[in-house]
Amino acid sequence: MDQQFNVPDVESQETDVEREGDSGSNLKRIAKYFGFRLIALFITVVVAIYLLILIANMGGAVDNIRMGQIRENVGMQMMAMSSEMADWPSERRREYEEQLVEQERRRLGLDQPFILRSVYYLRDAITLDLGRAEQMTSDAGSRRVQLIILERLPPTLMLMMSYFLIMFFVALFGALFLSRRYGSKLDKLVVVLAPSSAAPGWFYGIFLILIFAAVLGWLPFGGMVKAPPPRETHLYALSVLRHLILPVAALIMGGFFLTIYNWRTFFLIYSSEDYVEMAKAKGLSNRAIERRYILRPTLPPIITSFALGMIVMWMGAIILEQVFNWPGLGRMLYEAIGLFDVPIIVGGQVIYAYLLAATVFVLDILYALLDPRVKMGAGAGGNKQ
Amino acid sequence: MMERLKKRLRQLKQYPSVIIGITLITILIVTAIIAVIVIPYEEAVMLWRGGAIWAESPRNARPTYVDWFTRDDLPRTDKIDARDYPEAKTIESMNGVKEFEFVLPYDYQYDGFPREFNLFFEAEYEETRPHVSVMIRTPDGREFKTDDFSIQRESIRRLGQLAELRRQADGMAPRIGIFRDPDYEENVPLKGEYEIIVSGFLFEEEADINVRAVSYGQVHGFGGTDHRRRDLGVALLWGTPVALMFGVLAAVGANISTFIISAVGVWYRGFVDAAIQRVAEVNMIIPNLPLLILVGMFYSRSLWVMLGVIIIKGVFSPAIKTYRAMFLQVRESPFIEAAESYGTSDKRIIFFYMLPKIIPTLIPQFVTVIPTYVFLEASLAVLGLGDPVLPTWGKLLNDALGEGALYMGHFYWVLQPAFLLILTGLGFAMTGFALDRVLNPRLRRQ
Repeated sequence: MDQQFNVPDVESQETDVEREGDSGSNLKRIAKYFGFRLIALFITVVVAIYLLILIANMGGAVDNIRMGQIRENVGMQMMAMSSEMADWPSERRREYEEQLVEQERRRLGLDQPFILRSVYYLRDAITLDLGRAEQMTSDAGSRRVQLIILERLPPTLMLMMSYFLIMFFVALFGALFLSRRYGSKLDKLVVVLAPSSAAPGWFYGIFLILIFAAVLGWLPFGGMVKAPPPRETHLYALSVLRHLILPVAALIMGGFFLTIYNWRTFFLIYSSEDYVEMAKAKGLSNRAIERRYILRPTLPPIITSFALGMIVMWMGAIILEQVFNWPGLGRMLYEAIGLFDVPIIVGGQVIYAYLLAATVFVLDILYALLDPRVKMGAGAGGNKQ
Repeated sequence: MMERLKKRLRQLKQYPSVIIGITLITILIVTAIIAVIVIPYEEAVMLWRGGAIWAESPRNARPTYVDWFTRDDLPRTDKIDARDYPEAKTIESMNGVKEFEFVLPYDYQYDGFPREFNLFFEAEYEETRPHVSVMIRTPDGREFKTDDFSIQRESIRRLGQLAELRRQADGMAPRIGIFRDPDYEENVPLKGEYEIIVSGFLFEEEADINVRAVSYGQVHGFGGTDHRRRDLGVALLWGTPVALMFGVLAAVGANISTFIISAVGVWYRGFVDAAIQRVAEVNMIIPNLPLLILVGMFYSRSLWVMLGVIIIKGVFSPAIKTYRAMFLQVRESPFIEAAESYGTSDKRIIFFYMLPKIIPTLIPQFVTVIPTYVFLEASLAVLGLGDPVLPTWGKLLNDALGEGALYMGHFYWVLQPAFLLILTGLGFAMTGFALDRVLNPRLRRQ
């Protein structure tokens, strides 16, 4: 009955288990396995990014926009120079304008056929070498997409990592605690509150801002550090911490009760297994039973469900950053929407694709560490055909 | 099979959360139907476009129900139309010039000041514009008088913009200066019978004039109003059918197709299965929301396009892996083998043997996932990628956050759509959760 939980790949991995004898060290095999996973993931990322590029330029929508922008820029340039060419005939002026447009077009590589450009673009996108942003600049003043994205990455990572760590451990121990008190009032409360996770984190964020910033005034409305930023490092860190409380709390609220509820159900299912009864009969301490007989087999499915949740969370954080004015990637995307900054938007897609792939890879590693069945010959892990 | 399903459904009645959930869903559906009947689609779009239609409603007024919870009697929006008081209008004609006067009574009994006070003139004339002046007489006999001004066929005079009134009211905004009780130090409105006297000259035989005084309330409509004077009620009401339709369609489109595809993959195995798996993996790496942002930016922000993208993206969602795990078990069951042995067609095995086995899992998931899509629509709107014409809850939130509603204290603006969103979320989630517990009892032992 418990097969309805997310147990991706385990069955395929199980079928792929091939005992190769004891030849070759275990470590080498693991490295090989990760190597193949990494390559498979990389290919997946490349395909995904290429699809995104195709979508972004379907029907030449982007090209037209960029041509329009080039013409506008050239027009502005001409306006600025109008005093110099006041006595030029209009023929010559138009010729000069066309020349400028053509120059700009070639500079941006718009004169090549799309298929060719898409390949160049793919190469650039994969290395995040997306050239210059059209409107946005990094705080340091650079126009390079790469720098803008790299500048926005740490705040997002800080926010999400704080969330992932806090959420994982709080939910894990909360769920263990509840599974010990199955049927208690607290347990029932969590069951009742589980539907609250229907709303995403940013939604609760609005309420948190309303209560703690607007009404009580205890915590800031948004941003990452107070303005002007404190000079001393410890004060700066403290200020960031203060700004971090509400967004992280909002993220946690978005999934807290559902996660605890699901995990506690896992624990309950596994704690009714015969071998747990056996361990109880042997007189092992509760702690030992929990660690060895309940936690061990439940961790892989729990981590899977958590990782799938993480993938959703990366998306949710985009809006959360917008609600909390957090200067991360999500906010960058939002600003780029407003400015119609194509390179930034494509760059945003790519970096998020990377983040998702990284999440999947970390999941793979954790899986291999926790689930002994996964440690096997290279080429396995659901990618063998 | 059906018998068992029915028995399980009967079991549902024992769960209070199902009753609450289904009640909520029913209320939402009824609201949606009412919304579509009361305000047809075109009208909703037109109303939400805003502009002159809302000239006579206040800016950022709180909803009327706020008045029920406050001790003070908060001002509502009052319209005093001269057409309703035919006896208040006098016209005297001399030498082709007509002198007119309206005396409009206004009984003011509120405990607060009006948000604005404006006069709307409608005049019929050929060439020469009528001349008008306005005087407001308070219950204690004070008089506030404007200079003469000429009006066009349709003009608005905002009291707040008339400098001479401000001067007469000791520099206060006219809406306060006129309506306050001079006996008090602080601003307390003077209750009683006010008179709005509009007088002037018409310079043509055929000319005519009418006036409408509007005192804008601090509360207005059942949803309040926004910064563009639009009645939030329209969006709150119309957001319901949009949210329900979006959620249900997306859930149907994305979930059921995923379900069928994973069954097909498991049944045919080999290349088909591998291909489906690979597509799902690529699909998982393509970030959802940024993709929608992309589409919203370069193609269309229409709700329908977004819905289409969500469904296409959802067909190969990561849930395929979960379903696949389930189907792999089903595929190995003896009854499938039996069906195969007497030559049942592939299609029949997939649709009549494999799929029904997993339906008990699908139904609760399907119900639980609906709010996710409802919130996704809101998410898109908050990012500024909401449907360009339709009023939705998400667009209300976006407007509110964009105008700093939380900062300015316009809490109703945020809370109402949020409340409806959470109501929708809870309704479906509670039903789905209880369904899950009844249809898929994981913990049989109590």
